[in-house]
Amino acid sequence: MTDQMQAGTVAITGHEGAELEAYLARPLGDRPRGGVVVIHHLPGYDEGTKQITRTFAARGYAAICPNLYSREGKGVSPDDQAAAARAKGGVPDEQLVGDVAGAAAYLNSLEGANGRIGVIGYCSGGRQAFLAAVSLDIDAAVDCYGAFVVKEPPAEFPLKAGPLIDRAGDLSCPLLGLFGEDDQFPAPDEVAELDAELTRLGKEHEFHSYPGAGHAFFSVERTAYRPEAAVDGWKRIFDFYGRHLAS
Amino acid sequence: MCTYQTHKVALAGAAKGASGWFTLTDGAVYVDHPFHSTHEHTLNIDFTNPSEGPSARVAVELTEEAALALVEAIQRALASAPPGMASAAGPRGA
Repeated sequence: MTDQMQAGTVAITGHEGAELEAYLARPLGDRPRGGVVVIHHLPGYDEGTKQITRTFAARGYAAICPNLYSREGKGVSPDDQAAAARAKGGVPDEQLVGDVAGAAAYLNSLEGANGRIGVIGYCSGGRQAFLAAVSLDIDAAVDCYGAFVVKEPPAEFPLKAGPLIDRAGDLSCPLLGLFGEDDQFPAPDEVAELDAELTRLGKEHEFHSYPGAGHAFFSVERTAYRPEAAVDGWKRIFDFYGRHLAS
Repeated sequence: MCTYQTHKVALAGAAKGASGWFTLTDGAVYVDHPFHSTHEHTLNIDFTNPSEGPSARVAVELTEEAALALVEAIQRALASAPPGMASAAGPRGA
């Protein structure tokens, strides 16, 4: 086995045929492997998310992070794209699903793809990972502290994106949820409600809530970083994908 | 959290961004994750002109304390100048 990888920007086809920029990281060699679609957080397609994408490649997966704000213009810096997308109210749910489907199809077209796809998302991307998993045929989904899966967003919330819990019955794959006990979005009672609903529906899932951790505890470059939670969380993610994305 | 809650304001003036000066038309103010600051949340201000594309933007990410100090400094600066001196309509009572 080699630890060599290749990483860089590629073009993929997203929702309604839109060309999207995406960051692809994959191991070299033709050993069969699963694919992981990484969904970035609201601040956008940033260096931290690209590092996460490379981490999956280092562990043997072909991983891709589509720039969900690609439509804001080619050659525009990702932070400016994120600001423009935010000013428009974010990414519509339908568009997100189409973009994740395009990213998954791209991964499955690569040499060595075993046809199994995982999704993972952080923050707003956590909700979007759940959205992808109830909308597409996915093999494993990871929701990292996604808010508004259970509860309605505040009244002044400008995005037409409501809770998704009513669609939990459509969950197409096992779900790993990683949360911080000190987080308010989602708050522990929302996590508990989702857990109970998935149990009631007989949907395979595994939730971990970390004491002393709040929102965004995986973000190594932010003060929210909590090494104990993040190290254990990564271990859970690789164990989960190891079970569900293997050939 | 990702609050999404953005307070928009129409602006008149100019700003200097990565590609030089541009005419300001819009502003957005929100508390959320910053792109660059290492704080978990900041008060973010985007000074923009959407008609010139997403790159016509000056971004500022401030701590809450800094944002409040900025508001106070703006008000003090305006109060210490003759009324209307920086107004688009020109000085008042001149």
